[in-house]
Amino acid sequence: MALLQISEPGESTAPHQHRFSAGIDLGTTNSLVGMVRSGEAVCLADSQGRSLLPSIVHFASAEILTGYEAQALQISDPLNTVSSIKRMMGRGRQDVGQPDDVICYDFVSSETSKVPRIRTRRGDLSAVEISSAILKALALRATQSVGGVLDGVVITVPAYFDDAQRQATRDAAKLAGLNLFRLLNEPTAAAVAYGLDQDSDGLIAVYDLGGGTFDISILRLNKGVFEVLATGGDSALGGDDMDRAVAGWIMQQGGFSDIDNSLARMIMLAAREAKENLTDSDSSEISIDYQQSSWRGNIDRDQLDKLISPLVKRSITACRRALRDAGVDKADIAEVVMVGGSTRVALVKTMVGEYFEREPMCDLDPDEVVALGAAIQADILAGNKPDSDMLLLDVLPLSLGIETMGGLSEKIIDRNTAIPVARAQEFTTFKDGQTAMSIHVVQGERELVSDCRSLARFELRGFPPMTAGAARIRVTYQVDADGLMSVTAEETGSGVAAEIVVKPSYGLSDREIESMLRASMDHAREDIELRMLKEQQVEARRVIEAINAALAQDGQMLLSDSEIAEIEHHRSNLEAAIESATSEELKQLIRAIEDASESYVAKRMNASVTQALTGKKIDEVDV
Amino acid sequence: MAIQLSDIAASRVRHFLENRGKGIGLRLGVKTTGCSGLAYVIEFVDELQEGDEVFESKGVKVVVDQKSLVFLDGTEVDFAKVGLNEGFQFKNPNAKDACGCGESFTV
Repeated sequence: MALLQISEPGESTAPHQHRFSAGIDLGTTNSLVGMVRSGEAVCLADSQGRSLLPSIVHFASAEILTGYEAQALQISDPLNTVSSIKRMMGRGRQDVGQPDDVICYDFVSSETSKVPRIRTRRGDLSAVEISSAILKALALRATQSVGGVLDGVVITVPAYFDDAQRQATRDAAKLAGLNLFRLLNEPTAAAVAYGLDQDSDGLIAVYDLGGGTFDISILRLNKGVFEVLATGGDSALGGDDMDRAVAGWIMQQGGFSDIDNSLARMIMLAAREAKENLTDSDSSEISIDYQQSSWRGNIDRDQLDKLISPLVKRSITACRRALRDAGVDKADIAEVVMVGGSTRVALVKTMVGEYFEREPMCDLDPDEVVALGAAIQADILAGNKPDSDMLLLDVLPLSLGIETMGGLSEKIIDRNTAIPVARAQEFTTFKDGQTAMSIHVVQGERELVSDCRSLARFELRGFPPMTAGAARIRVTYQVDADGLMSVTAEETGSGVAAEIVVKPSYGLSDREIESMLRASMDHAREDIELRMLKEQQVEARRVIEAINAALAQDGQMLLSDSEIAEIEHHRSNLEAAIESATSEELKQLIRAIEDASESYVAKRMNASVTQALTGKKIDEVDV
Repeated sequence: MAIQLSDIAASRVRHFLENRGKGIGLRLGVKTTGCSGLAYVIEFVDELQEGDEVFESKGVKVVVDQKSLVFLDGTEVDFAKVGLNEGFQFKNPNAKDACGCGESFTV
C-alpha cells in the first residue's frame, strides 16, 4: 500500500512517477540525509531513530559496514576501518599524511596512481570509493523511507572546496549510482534551511562549529543568489577540543596519574557527557570508576565556560578575519546562522551573539540544518515546486576570459555571473591566409594573460584561408550548474569546430581567488596602461603587416621610389619602436605611417575600382 | 456525503500546513490515470476552485471537487508508518480493485 505525501497545488504526479529527491550532508565526522515530505524538510532516521550516520566505513571480508556499526570496529580493526575520509577527497598523495593529520592508514605506495589509496582487505581504495560507501548507505535509507527510487540528490560541500575536491565528490556520487542534481555549499544550504533565500538581499554569516573543525562563511544574498564573500576557520578546532579541555580538568581534579588508553577514553566520554549536560542545566555530576581509581565530582557552567572560552575566542578571531577578508562591516551582517553540534554549547551562542551584536539563528537542529537545506534544494530541482519558486544559483568567483593578440585577456563571462551560463563572442584572424587559431582559456580579473590563471589551451584547425579579419570564429563558454566548464570554437563560415572540457584539477582555493581579486584591484591602473600599450603594439604589427603586403603587391606599380622610401622610413621607425615606445608614442608613429601612405591608399582604391570596372558596361555594374 | 481524516492524519496535515506557512486546507481528489484507472490526488490548497466542496474534519478543511467526490465519498484518510516509510493512506469504500501499489484503483 502506497503511502502518499501532500503535493503543492497542481504539482501532483501520476502514480509511480513521484519525483523523490534527497539532500545529503557528507560530513567529515557525521553524515545525514534529508528529504522534503508533504512540504516539510526532515532528516531521515535509521530504524533506531538516529539521524546521524558516523562517516566511518568498515571493510569486512563479506560486506561493507558504515556508520555506528563501523564505528564499533574502529578500535579492534583500525586498518580496515576508515574515518574522516572527507579530508582526503580530491587530494593528491603529496597533500595527505602531513604530520599534523590524524590519518594513520596503510597508504599504498604506487607510482601509477596519482590519488592516495588506502590498503584494506577489500583492495586498495581511494577516497572517492570510500565516500561512495557512505553515500550508498544514506541513499538506501532514503529509498527505504519513500518506498521508491530517488530521482536525484543534492550533496553539500564546504565553501572552500576547490574544483578537484568537488569533482571527487561528484565522482563518489556517480560511483554510488546517484543522480547528482548539483553540489551545494554547506553555508548556503544552512541559509536555505532557515529560508533566508526568500528574504530580502543582505549579508549572512554562517558559523559552523563541528566536532573537529570550525568554518565561518560570509555570504551575500543578491536577487536570490548566494555569493560566498569569504571563508575562514580553523581545521583543528571543535567540540573535541572542548572535551579535551574538560577532560584535562577532570584529570587534574581527580589527581589521576598513570593514565592508560582505556581510562583516557573513559575520562573523555565523561567530559563530553558533562559538557552536553551543561547545555540545559547549570551543573553536572561526573563520576569515574576505573580499576583502583575512582572519583566523583561536580562541574558547573562557570567552570566549563572558563575551560572552553579560549577555544571559543579563537573562533571569534577567525570570524573577525573573515569579515575583514570579505571587506564588510560587522554591523552590516543581517543574520548569523549557527551550524554544527558544538553550537549547542551555551557559551558559544553567547559569545557569537555578543560579537555580532545580534541573536544567532539556532532554532533548527544544528547537526541537521545543512542536510535540511540540501533537501529543500533537491526538492526544487526535482521539480516538485512551482516554477515561481526560483532556483538558487551560484556565481562564478572569477571572470573567464580568452587570450587575444598581445597577451591580453578578453573577458567572456564576468565574475559574479550566476551559473549555469553560456556566453559567446566572435573573434577573427590576424594574418592573411591564417587557417588555425589557438584558443587559450584564462581565469582572473587582470588585463594581461600572464597575470591570470591558465585553464586550458586548444587549437581550432583546418578552416579555409581568408584575408585577415574575414574569418568569423565564434567562441562559446559554457559553465554548468556545478561550475564545470566547456569551451567550443567554431569558424561559422565553414563549420569547422573544436571543443574542450576544462579539467577540474585547475581549481583554485578561495584563498587564491581572494588574492587574485585583491591583485586585480591593486594593479588596476598599471594593468590598464599595460593593456593600452599591448593593444598599440598589436595594432603596430598589424599596420606593418598590411603595409608590407600592399607594397609587395603593387608598390612598384603605383608609387615612385621616393614615395616608397618615405613609407618604408616610417615603417622602420615604427618597427624599431615597437618594444620600447610607450603606447602614446606608438600611436603617433602609427599615425605617421597612415599619413604618409594616405595617397597610396587612395591610389590603390582607384586602381582596384578601375580594375573592377574595366571592360564592363555601365549597367553591368552593381552600385 | 462525507470524507473523514483519522486523528493522526488530521494532526499531520495541521502540522504540515503550519510548517508550510500558507494554505487553507487539504485537497483530495482523483484523476484518471495510473495502472488501474483512477489515481489519488493529495495536495495543499491555496485557493478554492469553482465546484469545490469543503468539509471540515478534525479542524482541517478538506477540499474535494464535485467530480472526485463521487469516487471518494465515505473515504477515510489515515497516516501510517511502515518501516522507515510514512505517509497518507486512502481507505476508500468505493474502490473495488486497487493496483498493488495502492496509488490507483477502479470503481
